[in-house]
Amino acid sequence: MTVADPSLDRVKPNSNWLSSNGFAVQFVGAIVAASILSFVFSGLRIWPTELVVPVKEWISDFFRWLDKEATLGLFTVKDATRTVSWMLKQPLIWSEYLLWKGAKPFQFLPVFWLLAAAFSAFFVYRVRGARTATYVAFGILALVAIDGLPHILLSLSKAVRADPWLEASAFIGFSEWPGYLLDALTPGSKIKALPWVAVVAGFAIFAHWVGGWRLATLVALCMSYLALTGLWRESMKTFSLVVVAVPFSAILGLFLGVWVTRSKRAARVLTPMFDLMQATPHLAYLVPVVVMFGAGQVPALIATVIFAMPPMARCTILALQTVPADVIESGHMSGCTSRQMLWKVQLPASQKTLLMGLNQVIMQTLAMVVIASLVGAQGLGHKLLFSLQQLKLGYATMQGIAIVLMAVVLDRITQAYANRSTDYEHRDRSTALQQHIHLIIFGVVLFVLIVAAYFSRDVSVLSKKLLLIDNKDALELDKSIKQITFFLIDYVQPIRDWVTVYVLIPIRNFYQAMPWAVVLTGYAMAGYKLGGWRLSALLSGLFFFIVVLPGNWQFATTTFYYVSSALGVCLIIGLPLGVWSARSPTAAKIILAICDTLQTFPSFIYLLPAIMLFKVGELAIIFAIVPYAMVPAIRYTYLGLKLVPEVTSEAARMSGATAWQRLFKVELPIAVPEIMLGVNQTIMMALAMTAITALIGGSDLGQEIYRALPTSDAGRGVMAGLGIATLGIIVDRLINAWADGRKRDLGLI
Amino acid sequence: MQDNVQIECRNIWKVFGADPHEFMRRHNGAPTDEAMHNEGYIGAVRDVSFDVHQGEILIIMGLSGSGKSTVVRCITRLNDPTSGKINFEGNDLLAADEKELIEIRRHKMGMVFQNFGLLPHRDVMSNVAFPLEVQGVDRVAREAKAREMIDLVGLGGREAYFPRELSGGQQQRVGIARSLAVEPDVWFLDEPFSALDPLIRAEMQDEFIRLQKMLKKTIVFITHDFEEATKLADRIGIMKDGRLVQLSTPEEMVLNPADDYVAEFAKNAPRDRIVTVQAIMEPADSGKGGNGTGVSGRSLIGEVAEQVLNSDTPVNVTDSKDNLIGTISRERISRALFSKESI
Repeated sequence: MTVADPSLDRVKPNSNWLSSNGFAVQFVGAIVAASILSFVFSGLRIWPTELVVPVKEWISDFFRWLDKEATLGLFTVKDATRTVSWMLKQPLIWSEYLLWKGAKPFQFLPVFWLLAAAFSAFFVYRVRGARTATYVAFGILALVAIDGLPHILLSLSKAVRADPWLEASAFIGFSEWPGYLLDALTPGSKIKALPWVAVVAGFAIFAHWVGGWRLATLVALCMSYLALTGLWRESMKTFSLVVVAVPFSAILGLFLGVWVTRSKRAARVLTPMFDLMQATPHLAYLVPVVVMFGAGQVPALIATVIFAMPPMARCTILALQTVPADVIESGHMSGCTSRQMLWKVQLPASQKTLLMGLNQVIMQTLAMVVIASLVGAQGLGHKLLFSLQQLKLGYATMQGIAIVLMAVVLDRITQAYANRSTDYEHRDRSTALQQHIHLIIFGVVLFVLIVAAYFSRDVSVLSKKLLLIDNKDALELDKSIKQITFFLIDYVQPIRDWVTVYVLIPIRNFYQAMPWAVVLTGYAMAGYKLGGWRLSALLSGLFFFIVVLPGNWQFATTTFYYVSSALGVCLIIGLPLGVWSARSPTAAKIILAICDTLQTFPSFIYLLPAIMLFKVGELAIIFAIVPYAMVPAIRYTYLGLKLVPEVTSEAARMSGATAWQRLFKVELPIAVPEIMLGVNQTIMMALAMTAITALIGGSDLGQEIYRALPTSDAGRGVMAGLGIATLGIIVDRLINAWADGRKRDLGLI
Repeated sequence: MQDNVQIECRNIWKVFGADPHEFMRRHNGAPTDEAMHNEGYIGAVRDVSFDVHQGEILIIMGLSGSGKSTVVRCITRLNDPTSGKINFEGNDLLAADEKELIEIRRHKMGMVFQNFGLLPHRDVMSNVAFPLEVQGVDRVAREAKAREMIDLVGLGGREAYFPRELSGGQQQRVGIARSLAVEPDVWFLDEPFSALDPLIRAEMQDEFIRLQKMLKKTIVFITHDFEEATKLADRIGIMKDGRLVQLSTPEEMVLNPADDYVAEFAKNAPRDRIVTVQAIMEPADSGKGGNGTGVSGRSLIGEVAEQVLNSDTPVNVTDSKDNLIGTISRERISRALFSKESI
């Protein structure tokens, strides 16, 4: 049978006017023509102010309208946002009580019963299965709810403080006994937050369970740093946000991901939305959230939940799509209903991908919680922001390190957990005691420490005199950093000035003089060449309507300038490092480990060394972008070279190629598509980082978002954010289309 | 042959393309190969009809892309056929809705997959118990049943192992145990041994024969290995380009291949284990007694080869009542055994 092989069509030479050979000529021709036209008509260079469509104002008006007037039938949007806030606030209250605030005994009553229900459900599940466990859990909660409704309601509304009505009317049932017990156990008027030793021990025990002694030691050391530098409370403030945001993001992402795989319509709407959301920088989420929800912990939480959700959705989609067909079919043949299929086959069979998604959610959450200090989130980010603004670099360093260590702890623990729970080793554990040893030890340690905390304050939070590094040390550090920079300035300044004057400013001038029409022509031509009319129209349309029409082109040119300068540096450093690690296993080990670590840092942190070295300015901005964005350039180069088939390298060697010939004539050409994907990632990350660097100046789109924040100018922030996202999406589509085609030609996919 | 038809397939088509149903309608349910090619449709299964009888092993054989796996996926409704009719135990299977289908699969069908299709996150015990678990059988009962199945396939003691800790052969034993846990009426095996090494494969085939002797299931077995088919089958259906080319006993396939394609397979078949003496003997006037010296007409030629080859004169062939029905000579049997030509 002669079924036409679709892949053959691709190889056939293009017969249209944009054939391969002529394309370069036509591309250059079109660009030149566009440049000349722009020279004649200045409107093609800078979009005329009088023609700017007031999209920003429309959006601002829209948000104002949402906030003030919009109704959804029975209730207003304002009511809806308030309800959402209230709902998110409840778990936050508890995580705050638990981690740093402490609370009155009775406020812990619901937590007690929730835990009781959870534990009983767990044990019943082990014995009798999920259904009975659900009945038991809901049974307990229902009884408690009926029994203790007055108290629970009132404690939620914080009315517990000596409310006469409550005293008189509260039905004293069994559900309150644990409250009295807690009261009796805690003679003071207040239950303290978890002692720091207990939290550190909890982390270490968990780390030991998932990753053994090495991980436990690392985690214990990192967490102790937080306590020993007096940053414990701030760290726990940050952590309390993370603890609440992560489940929300993860569950929301999981749900949306499942929905996308089940409904074509959902996929059509949500997939591009996830693309857009992931390309939109952190800061841009904050502006509309501030407008709708105000400033504070809860708005920060909302922005975080929304921001951290797409990776989970992505991973869920990927996970569900990569379950082997055999496994799905065996599920069908076992007689699974579609719900059983999802929960018993698809999701558990792809646990690893899902847990990787969870890891990403946690890392994104931490990064966002830190940045959300701009809208009033408390914690380490807030402190760091404050120190940075005052150029207290000693404090900033200490706080930055704290954030980094926290990121490292969360990352390593979740990764170890993902690996542990998916290595499916049959383990011979005979007794229940051995199976639950970690849980039991944790229980004992927790109990002992909670009791101990009432005898020694230092168990709860270290007192100042016990700190390893205190404020005085921070001041010292501050001074020495200043001395070092002062000393370095003699060397750094000439370099900085030279680079700025002879490299950066010419690049900047070049971009700022660039007519938008030329860029549009470039996008349109490249889009047509790589993906036909549809891609061409999509990309140039996006660019025109989202960047040019609302009058953001000038800001975009500066963004171009930052990104391309940073990209240049990233490639100059990253490509050789990638090649080196592909060649030497030892180098690979070290370089990739550094890459891993660099990727766990919240982006905010990269501002620190930049400021230290270069103060505020253009070079500092680029210096901050480079380490953040460089990782994919290294990693994909390494990956691309590793993907070159062994046989091909051997064939090259047997043909008598020298090492350099082999690299340049054989391996790199094959690796180029993969490397380009790395370049793509680097550009995306650089774009995201330009928004953060707004904190240290600049005049780009990121700065626009930053400026929109204090004035709550939603339209300005949103359009600038979308502008950055658009630039990212255009690059992403072009490079991916190119790399796919190239890989297919090379027979790699 | 058994009269009890368990599965009845009539004119099954599975067509892939833009709008297969419209395409089939336009061609009155029987498009030609040209029409298919010209309009860009691919016929994975074309007009296939056959019955599966109770208690038989029906093997569907074909090379990759012949549509054999698609056929079995149509019978199990893992894929819905584009057109045709399937009766399963007298009921119209294609009319079954999702709920009925789940019931049928839970109680009447079991399937073994080429790449095992085990759930990586569950140990042997809970993999085997899985079909019972989704039915809602309680833990104690399903684990007892699963343990029984695990012992049956010889994996006792490995209940707590995870699939990745087992060898390919062991994994497929788990797959077999799982598919049998619900005591299905019909047992589907989709290239169950193709992913295994040759030695393990032979071992598993013997295991399969042992199990079938005990269980006597109705079996639809897919393979691309003609030798495997002849070793295990009661009847073999050979598929090519989506069509069922021939459906017959292995012996008939060797003796009377329907076309050159089948003949090509039959050429290399181990005739000593397929062909019976009565098929190649020289018929004789019946009535005379064999005097107990002859060979049975129903025995395979491999079984009697030594006796016949060592005899200078043709050996008598008798039926089950010891009546002489023919003779078989040294020349005949050696041609049947060693020649590659058709018999």
